[in-house]
Formats: sequence, C-alpha cells, structure tokens
Amino acid sequence: MTVNLSKLAGGAAALLVVLAMWTGAGRERAPPLAPAATILVASTLVDYPQPGEYLSGGNPVSPPVEKLEVPEFLIMKHQVGLIEYGRCVAAGACNTPDVYGIADNVPVTGVNWNDAEAYARWYSQATGTAWRLPTALEAMVAAAERFTGEVFSAVAGDPGNPAVRWLRLYREEAAFKRPVDPRPRPHGSFGPNSLGVEDFAGNVWEWTSTCYKRVTVEAATGDTLESVENCGVRVLEGKHRAYMSSFVRDGKSGGCAVGTPPENLGFRLVRSDGATVVPAARRTFRRVVAFLGLASA
Amino acid sequence: MFTRRQALLGAAAASVLAPTLTKMAVAAPTHATEAEIAGLPREKVTLVAPPHVHAHEQVAKGGPKVVEFTMPIEEKPVVIDDEGTVLQGMTFDGSIPGPMMVVHEGDYVELTLINPDTNTMPHNIDFHAATGALGGGALTLINPGEEVTLRFKATRTGTFVYHCAPEGPMIPWHVVSGMHGTIMILPRDGLKNDKGEALRYDRIYYVGENDFYVPRDADGNFKTYESHGDSYADTLEVMKGLVPTHVVFNGAKGALTGENALKAKVGEAVLIVHSQANRDTRPHLIGGHGDYVWEQGKFANPPAKDLETWFIRGGSAGSALYTFLQPGIYAYVNHNLIEAVELGATAHFVVEGEWNDDLMKQIIAPRPIAVN
Repeated sequence: MTVNLSKLAGGAAALLVVLAMWTGAGRERAPPLAPAATILVASTLVDYPQPGEYLSGGNPVSPPVEKLEVPEFLIMKHQVGLIEYGRCVAAGACNTPDVYGIADNVPVTGVNWNDAEAYARWYSQATGTAWRLPTALEAMVAAAERFTGEVFSAVAGDPGNPAVRWLRLYREEAAFKRPVDPRPRPHGSFGPNSLGVEDFAGNVWEWTSTCYKRVTVEAATGDTLESVENCGVRVLEGKHRAYMSSFVRDGKSGGCAVGTPPENLGFRLVRSDGATVVPAARRTFRRVVAFLGLASA
Repeated sequence: MFTRRQALLGAAAASVLAPTLTKMAVAAPTHATEAEIAGLPREKVTLVAPPHVHAHEQVAKGGPKVVEFTMPIEEKPVVIDDEGTVLQGMTFDGSIPGPMMVVHEGDYVELTLINPDTNTMPHNIDFHAATGALGGGALTLINPGEEVTLRFKATRTGTFVYHCAPEGPMIPWHVVSGMHGTIMILPRDGLKNDKGEALRYDRIYYVGENDFYVPRDADGNFKTYESHGDSYADTLEVMKGLVPTHVVFNGAKGALTGENALKAKVGEAVLIVHSQANRDTRPHLIGGHGDYVWEQGKFANPPAKDLETWFIRGGSAGSALYTFLQPGIYAYVNHNLIEAVELGATAHFVVEGEWNDDLMKQIIAPRPIAVN
C-alpha cells in the first residue's frame, strides 16, 4: 500500500466527517455487537471435488475434480460459540440448540441448517455487517490441509452387479470407524490449521450453503447432461464431507450406515459483502485511508 | 372327543373317559434307568460365543447320548452402545446373550453351572426345554463359590430360551441384565418342511435380542453405576415403565454390523435363530424373506412359508431358514423400526455373489422428470 501525499490535505476534511459519524450519529441505538475474530483467506486456486452424486450411463461415477479460483474472503476464526448463539436465542431470533447446559466456551452444536441461517441473519443485523454460511468450496479453501472431502469412493465397480459397490462402500465405512468423541470442546482445542483457522475437522461438522445434487454426465467428455439439485439436503465439511437433511440437528441421523457418523453439527460464517478487512490494530487505519481514497488497499 | 358336559363332570368323567384320554395323550414318556443312561455315549461340547454356534451334526449319527456342557457365570460391566453407556451385566459364559447349545431329541443335556466367587449374587438356570423344577431353576440355585450339575432329557424339538431366574424381582432384573441364552433340540433326522422333505442349512446364526432399561440422570444422560447393587433400585423404576432404553442384538448397538456383520453367499441356506427371553419382537430381513419359518420355534409344527416378517413372542426362540438369492447388504431388524434404528435392534448381512437381473433391475437410473 502506498500513501498518496498530494491527496492528504483534501482528505483531512473528509476525516472530520468520518469522526463525526463515529461519535455522533451512531449513538441513537445500542452500539452494534463487535464482529467475531476473522481470518483473511487469500485468493486460492484449488482442485475442488464437486459434491453430490454423479451418474454416467446409469452407473455411479466419481465426481469431477475442478480447478477453481477462489477470491479472497474473510471467515470466522472460530466456530460460532454457545455464548454468541445464546444471544440470538435471548433476542428471540434463534431456536434453542439441542446441546445445551455444558461448558460455555464451546462451539454451539445441535443446530441444523435453518438454525445456522437464522443466526447469520440475526448476526448480520446485530453487527451491522453482512454474514452468511460459507459454500462448500469456501469451506474447503479455509480448511486448507485439514480438508478431506469424500472418503468413500462412489464408483460403480461392476455395471452388471450393483452389489459390488454396496459391499465395497460398506467395508470402507466399517473400516472408517473411529472412537467417538461427542462432547463439544472449548474453542481452540483442536488447534489452528496453516491459515490460523481454529478447530476445523475436530468433532464438529460445519454446515455449508451448498446443496446436494445429482448429476448425469456424458461418458466420454464428462460434460453435464442433467442436474437435479436438492436443497433439502446440504453439504457439511469436517473430518470428511457429509450430506444431511437441512432440518437435522443430530449427526447420527446422517452419514454412514456403519462407520462413525458426525458427532456434532455446528457452523461458522463468512463475510458476505466481499469485505476483506484485515483484523487487528491496522483495521481502523486502513479503513480510514481506503475511505479517503488515499491508497489502494 | 370331550363334550362340555363331560369336561365339567370332573373326576368321574375322567375315569369314564380314560381310554379316550390315553388315545389323545402324548405317548407316555419312557423312564430310562440310571444304569441305562450311564451306558450311553458321552460327548463334551465346548461352547462358542454368539452369533456363532458350536459345531454339530444336523442329522444325528448313532443313538441318544449324554452331552456335557460347562458354563461359568460372569457378572461384569459391558458397553451397550456407541456412546459408551455401561450396563452392569450378568452373563452366562461371559457373553450377552449366553451361548447356544445344540443337541438332538432323546439326548440328555448335562450342564455344570459355575458361580465363581468373584460374583456377588446367587444365580440359577431355567431351561424352557426342560420338564419340572421350574425348568431346573429350583435345582440349580448357586451362591458365589459354588457349582452344580443338572441333567435333563431333551424330549421336545425346537429352539428354546434358557435364562436365570433366582427368585421374585430378581428374575426380570437378571434377564434384562443379559442373563439368557438358547438351546436348539433338533429332530434326530434333521429339519423337514411341511411335506416331510429334508431341509438343511449351510450356515447358522444365532441372534439373541435384549431389552435394556438404563436409568438417566437429570440432564437425560445414561447413568453409570459402580456395582450391580448400586444400579438395582433405579433400574427397577425404569423396568416398571416397560419402555426399554435399548433394544439390541448380541448385547450392544451395532454388535452385528461393520466388521462383525453376518456373512453369507448367494445360494447358501442360512438358519437364523432369534431368541428374546423377555419381550415380543418381529424379525424381518430387509431385501429377503423367511423361506421356512418356525415362528413359535418348535419343529413338531411344520414351518410357515415365504414370510416377510415373523413374530417371536417374548420368552421364546424361533428360527427362519432363507437361501440368499441376491448379493449385497441386508439389514436384519426387529421391524418396530423405531426400536431397529433408534434403540439398536439391527444386524447386517454382507452377501457375496452374482446379481440376478431377472429378480430385480434398475431399468432407468434417476434423472429429472421428463417434460413432454
């Protein structure tokens, strides 16, 4: 960032206007809630495994992996906590979560997609900044090295014998069985990833806005022939990708027939207005400077 | 044939009807002497843990014999679900359910029951297949540190429950703590269908179903107790409500799934014995059927055929014979689906083999609804 000195004098008057806004007009109602700590995820190029079910010639095939460019975005450093969610409940804008009455400084769990959406709406209003659930693509990018995606291979195996796939999937799920760790743990218990995003792929699976879809592709080219989206089922990311009905709050309802299903369902939010304000002390200065048109961010 | 008047006349009528009675009655049981029994061959059987069954002949070779079994009783905590819920269990031979025994009609079952002094309570055994003494319960009550040997004659064919029945309120508590099992008494010439044709099984699996009643704390979480005695009062209150907290196969939710799923191959005939010592259940093989089902469990009755779901009354064991026709995953459930999915009453079959398009085929894969 370079500061253009010749514009500085002209910006001084504008600065006084900004200060007046902050000290005067904003005081009619209670001060807005301070937004949560965020991590700026830089612009990234990723190999994104498409979520959903893919068919070719009537047989299940692996979903395509697409190279996608994801522009930078701000994501909450932590999953939404029980305390923060509790304020939404107290304000009458959120339902009581299904897991309650445990230690305070834990992520909220026992919440479905509708609950997460309701919280995003309330939180946006309460903070005066716009927030939404991440897409599955954003979740993958923010998860960085902790992203696993699908762990069970969808491929048919034998077009004439559907049981080959069912048996293979069953054995994969059974092998994926792991010790259960149901109690939500305090923020930070599962540590940060390489981006500083905390607790991804711990014992909480995070709702995304991405819908389940079933896609028929052309055998030779992989081009999409037909696609049916079912937004009654949404994608969650955690230790692995999961699909659940949007009204479900309990991880056991979805996921594997025999493997270990998601222990807890929770979420975190991303800024939805494209804002990429850097957190910490430099924020105020940069905001002012950008507002005054003195520099490119 | 009895008329109502004859039935009401009591003893006088009975003596008049004695010849009729003899004709109607079951053939009078033979009374073998101790010397005769002592002359019979003996076979010692080592029991195996469920859902498997010890090796046995379906058609008896030779004549009746005395079959010796030994079962130690083990009181121990067991984990009954995937949340780590602990039940203070009471077991025959260390497993819930207890192991399955197999003999033939006319054999003698000689059981040595052992109550090691590591246990805290008296126990006994009631064989539904046996005759007299409360199924043997009155002759087998043993304190910790004692053992007893009981012999009974296998006079009726079928699958039968055995369970612990110490006295009064202890009876249901011991049973819903896991203390029951099954004995199968085969006809000497093996199983037969309604036409008298031989039925044989390539595999046999034994599914013991349990209803558990685990108390919850104020937050709704299942409680853990240090000992059986500590758990008794709270457990009794839950039992009296008659609504189980767990309905499971082989002692725990998911016990017969995943790596422990039951295996079979297309073309194999599998006999599935289902035993419930306390509560009604209705087994169903999702994707399959019961080709031949002895619902009440007794082989003197011809099996029912082509059942979708069969009824095992609480306090009994029945069996179903099915030859698998398609490969894949089958769920074997108690078809109260709430009990199957929420409470744990589900097992899985993993079946290998060739798919039969004639029986079932997906003609067109799912696609958007055609618009004309």
